[in-house]
Formats: sequence, C-alpha cells, structure tokens
Amino acid sequence: MKHITRKATRHVNQNEGLIFEKSSPGKAAWKLPPLDVPEVDTAQLLGSFERKNLGNLPEVSEIEIIRHFTRLSTWNYAIDLGMYPLGSCTMKYNPRVNEVVSRFDGLANAHPYQPEKISQGALRIIRTLSECLIEITGMDAITLQPAAGAHGEMTGLLLVRAYQQSKGHPRKRILIPDSAHGTNPATAAMVGYAVENLKSNAQGMVDVGALAAQMNEDVAALMLTNPNTLGVFEQDIHKIADIMHAKGGLLYMDGANMNALVGKVRPGDFGVDLMHLNLHKTFSTPHGGGGPGSGPVAVKKMLEPFLPAPVLMTKADGTLGFDYDRPQSVGRVRAFYGNFGMFVRALAYTLANGPEGLRQTTEDAVLNANYIRKGLEGAYDLPYSTPSMHEVVFSDKIQAKKGVRTMDIAKRLIDYGFHPYTTAFPLIVSGALMIEPTESESKEEMDLFIEAMRFIAEEVEEDPQMVLSAPHSTRVSRLDEVAAARKPVLRWKPS
Amino acid sequence: MRYLPKSPADREALLRAIGARSIDDLFASIPPEYKLNRNLKVPRQMAESEIVDWFRERSRENGDGYATFLGAGAYHHYRPVIIDSLISRGEFLTAYTPYQAEISQGTLQSTFEFQTMICELTGMEVANASMYDGSTAAAEAVMMAVRLTGRRSVAVARSLHPEYREVLATYGRHQQMPMTPVGFAENCRVDMKALEQAITAETACVLIQSPNFFGTIEGVAAVADLVHKQGALLVVSIAEAVSLGIVEPPRQADIIAMEAQSFGVPLGFGGPYCGVIATREQFVRQMPGRLAGQTTDRNGKRGFVLTLATREQHIRREKATSNICTNQALVALMVNIFMTIYGKVGLRELAKQNLAKTAYAAQQFSKHAQVLFGDAPRFNEFVVQTSESPQAINSRILGHKIVGGLPLKKFYPELGNAALWCCTEMTTRTAIDTAVGLVAESEGSARPGAETDVEEVTR
Amino acid sequence: MPYPSEFKYTKEHEWIKADGKAATIGITNYAQESLGDIVFVDLPKPGSEVTVGKTFGSVESVKAVSDLFAPASGTVAEVNAELATAPEKINQDAHSAWMVKIALKDANELNSLMSAADYEKFVAEEGGH
Repeated sequence: MKHITRKATRHVNQNEGLIFEKSSPGKAAWKLPPLDVPEVDTAQLLGSFERKNLGNLPEVSEIEIIRHFTRLSTWNYAIDLGMYPLGSCTMKYNPRVNEVVSRFDGLANAHPYQPEKISQGALRIIRTLSECLIEITGMDAITLQPAAGAHGEMTGLLLVRAYQQSKGHPRKRILIPDSAHGTNPATAAMVGYAVENLKSNAQGMVDVGALAAQMNEDVAALMLTNPNTLGVFEQDIHKIADIMHAKGGLLYMDGANMNALVGKVRPGDFGVDLMHLNLHKTFSTPHGGGGPGSGPVAVKKMLEPFLPAPVLMTKADGTLGFDYDRPQSVGRVRAFYGNFGMFVRALAYTLANGPEGLRQTTEDAVLNANYIRKGLEGAYDLPYSTPSMHEVVFSDKIQAKKGVRTMDIAKRLIDYGFHPYTTAFPLIVSGALMIEPTESESKEEMDLFIEAMRFIAEEVEEDPQMVLSAPHSTRVSRLDEVAAARKPVLRWKPS
Repeated sequence: MRYLPKSPADREALLRAIGARSIDDLFASIPPEYKLNRNLKVPRQMAESEIVDWFRERSRENGDGYATFLGAGAYHHYRPVIIDSLISRGEFLTAYTPYQAEISQGTLQSTFEFQTMICELTGMEVANASMYDGSTAAAEAVMMAVRLTGRRSVAVARSLHPEYREVLATYGRHQQMPMTPVGFAENCRVDMKALEQAITAETACVLIQSPNFFGTIEGVAAVADLVHKQGALLVVSIAEAVSLGIVEPPRQADIIAMEAQSFGVPLGFGGPYCGVIATREQFVRQMPGRLAGQTTDRNGKRGFVLTLATREQHIRREKATSNICTNQALVALMVNIFMTIYGKVGLRELAKQNLAKTAYAAQQFSKHAQVLFGDAPRFNEFVVQTSESPQAINSRILGHKIVGGLPLKKFYPELGNAALWCCTEMTTRTAIDTAVGLVAESEGSARPGAETDVEEVTR
Repeated sequence: MPYPSEFKYTKEHEWIKADGKAATIGITNYAQESLGDIVFVDLPKPGSEVTVGKTFGSVESVKAVSDLFAPASGTVAEVNAELATAPEKINQDAHSAWMVKIALKDANELNSLMSAADYEKFVAEEGGH
C-alpha cells in the first residue's frame, strides 16, 4: 500500500486445522471421579436404546484444545482490539466486572426452578434492573423474557395484538418505515400482521403526510426506530404519536438506537407506548461472536396486563416472587425467565455508570459520531444533511464513479486494521456506509479511523484496483460466497 | 466515567473540530419539551469494589452449597474450567457476528465444528449455529415443518416440557396453526392410539420430547412410522443433551430441536442457554438460524462463511424463515468446547455416570415411595409419588441444604403428589441417601416388594 | 445483447415464448446481470397453477432474493431440472436457461406484454436511473 497505516501491522499468525483433524483414539481431555454408587449394566437398563457409538466426535488432549481455540481466537477481530464502526450495533466496551459478578456461584449455579426462598438474590437483580430500565425508558412496566431484539419485537407485537383485541378488534396491518431493520417486517409476519411500507421523506425521516394518509382503523401500530437508522432524531415524533393515537393505533419503538437517548430523553415521554431494548447494544453485554443477546420490552400501563407470564411481584411478606396468575397474558415467549446472565451484566454496567455516567456515555456517543462525520465530510457523499446523533450514514456515490462500492471500501478498511462499518444498510440509501463509533472510542482511535477512510478515498482515485481486490493482509482473501451458497458444505466429513 | 476514553480537553477538541459550542448543540434536534432536565433515578455510580460487593450479597441471598435434584429442562453438570478460560478471551467474548468472514475465521471455524458435532450426536445431516434455547427451537422447528409440508395442524405430546408447550402455543396462536394435544400412556410414553387419532391429512408434524419431560425414553421408531405414514413430519425435542452420550438419538426424526445447556452452559437462573435445530439436508433451505459453510478463498485456501443467508431476516424481511437475528454464539462456543473436551469416549462415560446415579436414586426412593413409570427405560430423571405433598417435603429438606424434585401438580394434576427428580454426575451418594432418608420420614418404612426392586435394578 | 424477437417481455424482466397452447418462461439477461451470481432457483411443481402478474417462485443470489412474476396464466407442465444443480446456467445464457413450461390458459394475455424492441428501450431507460 502506498499509505502506511499506523493502526495495524502484520505478524506471524498460527495456522490451525479442524479439531477432527487432530483426533486420535486414546487421547483424552476429560477425567470423571469414581462412581460412588453401583455401576450399571447399560445394555440391561436401556436395551435397544443403548447407543454404542458416538461416531466422529474428536478425541484430543487438553493442551490441544487450548491451542486450537486460542489460535482460532487470534483470527478474529474484536472490540478489545479496536473500533467497530458498525451502525446500529453499538459495539461498546464490554466491562470485565460484568463477567466476574455473573460467575458468582449463587447466581451462576442457580436453577430456575429452585425455591423462591433461595432465589431472592436473583429476583432482586431482576427487580433492580427492571426498575432502572423503566426509569431510563420512561415507561411503566417491563418484561425481561425475550432473548434478543427480534424476540423482543415479536413479544411487542403480541402485546399490540392482545391490546387491540381487548379493544374489540386486533386490526390487520403494521406500518413499517422503509428504513427499518429487517427483523421488523419479519416479526410482523410472524404475529399474523400484514406489513405496510411507509416511505421516508427526502430527509430520510417519517413522511408525516404519508403517515396521516396511511393511518386508519386497520392499522394496529407503527414500528419506529428513533433515532432512525440514519442516526437522525424524528423531530415530528409528537405529530407521529398523535396521528397513531388519534385512530387507536400504538406507537412501537425499536430501541436499537437507545445509545443516543439514555439520560437525555425518554421514549415514554415522547409518546411511545411500548419498545424493546437490546442489552447487547446499549447496555454493554458482550456480543460473543453473534450472541447471546437480551431484548426486554418496556410498556405503558395499559399494556401491563398482557405481559408474558410470570411477572415479578413483591409478596405480602415483603419477599420477591413470580406471579403466574395473569389471565390476560400473551403467554410465554420462552422457557424460564429470560437471559438472566445478561441481566446481571446490564445491571453491573448501569451501577458502574450511575445517572451521570449514563448521560456522559450518551453525550460521548453522539459527540464521537459527529466528529467522524466532520472528519469524513468531503471525502464521502453525505446523502442527508440532517443532524446526526450517535451514527452517521454516508454513501459510496463518489467512489462508485470509479466502479468502487461500499463493500469494497469496507474490505479495504480491514487492511487498515479496522472492522468494516455496516454496508448496504439502510436500504433507503444506495451504497450506504453506516458508521456508529460509540462512546468507547478515544480521539486517537477515531483519528486513525478517519485517516484510514481518507486514505482509501484517495486510493479509489489513484489505484482503484487496490481497493477492489482488498483485503490483502488477512489470513484468507475474499471467500467464494457463491460456491458456499450453491453447494453448501455445512459440516466436516471424514474422508 | 472510567469506561470513557476521553479527557475534558479531548471533548473540547472534538467540539471545536465539529464547530459546536457545547454538547447541547448536538442534541438540538430533540424537541425541548422532551429533554430530560434531571438525573435519571437509578442508583448512584458505584466503584468496582462496590459493584462486586453488591452482587456478592445477591449471590449469598441466592444460597450457596445446596445439593440439587432439579432437572426439568435445565441440568446441573460439571463445567470444565478451560471453557471459561477460552471463551473469556477478548477475541471471542467481544467479537461481532461473523458477517466479515476474513476477520472472523475464529468464530466461523468453531461454528463449523459445532455444527459437525451436533450432526454426529443427533444423527442428522445438517445443524444450525444455535437458536435462543430449546423452547424456541422447538417452536421454530414446528414452524419449519409447517412451511415444508404446506399443512397447518400440529400434534403435540403432553409429555413435552410444559413450558415448551406454552411457548409453542404463543408462537402458533397467530399463524393459524391449530394444535392437538396427545396424552401419554401408563408408562408415560406417547399414547399411540391417541396419536393415531390425532394425526390427520392436515397434520404438518408431530412434536415429542425424548427423553421426555418425565425422563423416559420414547419409542421414536414406532412414532415415526405412524407419523410418516400420514405424510407428516416428526419433530423431536431433546432437553437433556447428555442423554445423547448413551441413548440412541432419534434418527427417524425429520427435525431435531435441542437444548444444549447441559454441555457446559451454566444454569444461570434460566439463561442464556443454547438451542439448536438439526435436520436432513433436503430441508436445509427452510431451516432458520445462522449457518457456517466451508468454501475457498481466491488462492484456494479453505475458509468459512455464513451462508444461505437468503433465508434470513436481513434479506427476506417479511418472507424470512424466521425473524431471528442474534444467535447464542458465545454459549454455543461453550457447548463446542465441552463436546471437544469429553469427545467420543468421555460423553459416553459421562452419560453412564448419570444413568448410574439415577438408577441408584430411583431404587432407593422406591423403598419408601412410588417411583412412577418404571416400565420404560429412562435416562437421568424420574417421577416420585408421595403421600406427603412434594412442596412440604421440599420445605423440610431445604433446611438440610437440599433442593428436592420439581412438584408436578401444577402441570399434571392427575399425577397428584408427584415430583420430578434428576440426578447427574454431580449428585453425590450422600445427598441421595440423605434426601431419601428425609422423604422416608413422612412415607413410613420400606414397602412390600421393595426387595425385589433392588434385585432387578442393580447387578 | 440482443433480446430474442420471438420472446415477449414483462416489466419484471421475465421472458415468455409462446408455442401454440404452450409457453416457455425464463428471466432476461438484464435480470441475471442485476442479480449477480445466482445460487438457487425456487420453482413450482408440475401441475401447479400460475397466475399472470402473481409470483410463481424466486431466484436467489448470495445477498438477495427476487420474486418471479408470471407473464401469463396456466398450468406448469415441466420444470427445468438442470437449474436445481446448476443455477449458474441462467448467468451463462439467460435466454436459453428456461425455468418452466406451462400450458397457457389464455394466449391473449401475451398481447399486453412488451416486444423485444420495447423491452430494450425499457431496459435502457431503467439502467439510466
């Protein structure tokens, strides 16, 4: 590369095959203590149900396993290594105290069905987190049951349906802006609603006129992300809420972008009736390579009776317990109570911040996004001039003239030591570059990012092929996704 | 705030670069009537030591050092220490979904290995990279069967975990999926006559659990025959993954929906856990959830990518196979490492220990109370029926730091004073003997016939 | 690339070739170019009905799915089995990689479709956006 990157450099990196390729009969990484009860004759106990052979499961030693996974881990990018500019993912620091406290024995080994008498600690965690999230969102009640954002959306729409049904008629449609995340329409379909698209206006915001025209007694709710997926706050939010409420509709908010709002404004205050949160975004629980997440749903009072059962309550003797007597509940959306491990982490994050910390976090998130916007303006096309909050969306319009698209720029960014931003989303921007730094980025890291992006913009002009064939510095070059989809190979097979 | 890498001077510099006078300028787009002009009413900021103390207190309130006999979809197994050593590495813990394959080969390769081992264990041809948990995996598997067959009705065994059935009902309620419950016979296995009546030309699938909620292994082959004869699909839910070490997997199933929590995932008061769907290759395009596929790069080097993404929400939107986006990657990695540690021989030995502890416990209990459903083979759970109510028994034994079996009356009132007891390799003989002794206090002395029971169960 | 004159074309980029009471359907070269490498084609079974203007299947690339819209109504007589194992044939030659053959319900439906010349104009305008 002509430009010398200051962020990353190459280094000898270990190769490693599949674990099955290391397997050899007789190697073991396990040892069980001796049985303190009589041995059993499995053939006699299980008869024809006895399994004789576990097939091609590996047999390897402990050090081989340690080396295997350690080597694999070094092939991953991670927040601990540097910035993830991914829009709407909120890739913030995952605090380690969260990991420590979630592993305390009484919490980590608590069986969900153990007596309430010895679960007061866990229940108190649920209660405290619930109260914090209710306060943060400006709502009245909450369920922590959903396992992730999409699960929360489904729960939210079930609540919408139950509420509308209680008013006499579940209605037929959900309005969803064309800028919305893909989970929104997928979820609406799962709850038996038809999806109606709401076109954005020229500023990429909800077209209030179109909303007024499309809103009628057949529409159960509007699913809104605010700030929207362009990182822009819907300024007409009071008009939007009024239009929905006037015709008996509900305003559902996708809380994916809460990192722009915590401590500064509360959705419950600006007319939202129910919303989901992503604990793995706003509340620092680790992404872990793709999950687990947690998607609590916070609601206004009138929706409380419909929440999934059981609901946490304070009993007459002052102890905490679960209330299963919920005749209007939409039912369960999963077994047990939710991703409790994530509750612990999210609460630890909230306690580490306190009210000032939460507000400062949000301010830094918005400050950072705007700094990057300023740093890249001119080098990249900015399709919307509206003020950005915690994320900014550019487009590849300038670079496209040289035949270079957002995905190519993203791949080249890898050579500069960064994970790509979000490409090709939101759909309303052709060739989008969606960037959300979060508050966890220092000025130094952001300056390196801005520098890298500017260098790439120059490369597009001077040597587009360098960008088109990127990345050049990774263990594997661009992978053949077409072959992977045409003839999927989804497991290892012994030769 | 110590997680924020900015000094006041940095903030000033950024504001200047942006051309803003203060941070308030950047929040100008929020209508003033909604701006929060007070602090959030959340607990004050705590030092790290305070946070640790706060949660340690909660942990104490939750009781330490109890011997547990609870199972019912969440199982207490030993977690080898290297699981946490490895998953705590920042490159696994703080990595994102592997959409950018070139810098996510660690996650993708381990996912590919996970998929492979699940196939080997379940006898299926393809497996996904995890669903939220066993209950939602079962619901998604049923919806998959509906899509595959074009039929809408579902027959569900009553011997399937009651909370799984609740979840299924919630998922199915608004998708025009009528559900028919199928009762269980005297041995608590699926009632074949009832099943035959429940399957019609409109049945998309039959959903059973094996080992079932009561711990008994179902006669899957016979069920499969009946189901397939009518052109329907068989979905089998597996809640106790360790059973796969010693019990033949339900190879005749069309779709398996599993809970893999037993494989190294902490009980954690109910979550996060690790659901998985495994099925036949011909059904793969209707399977929800992420999939890691093997391919090559431009230089012919082997690598892995997320594939068949067109099934998913971010492309198909309202026509997606599911709305699922996040999976359980970190927990699936725990499962992966667990399966690798125990492997081909260890998993069998582990399962055998579970079997042995349970057989011993069941035998001991049967001297003082009724152990139900003894006619069919079981894995590591069994039902004990007592004259004293299980709630009273559990209250009593809690004082001895023992958590007794799950009372079943609220789910199966016809079983009366019955409770579901589970023994794993973690259950000590002492705990079993103590628990049995305490139960015996209310049930009276040894019952007639108990001696013969002993003869049959042990060799 | 010239568009075969014996085909008729839809605005959604399908082509149809009538042969008395039967017709053959595929997607145009413009369509396959926009889609990129095709990885999978989802087609109806023989015997199923297709309705003019309604979807009868879909075609997938790695990152996108596109619905297929029926240029005319009829009953599916034959499905191109090659596409199940080699969907790339559509990328190689979209105008000969047919997808389904149908028994036409009403041959007159084809009258409202575009001719090769009209389609070429249509595509030129669309490409200019």
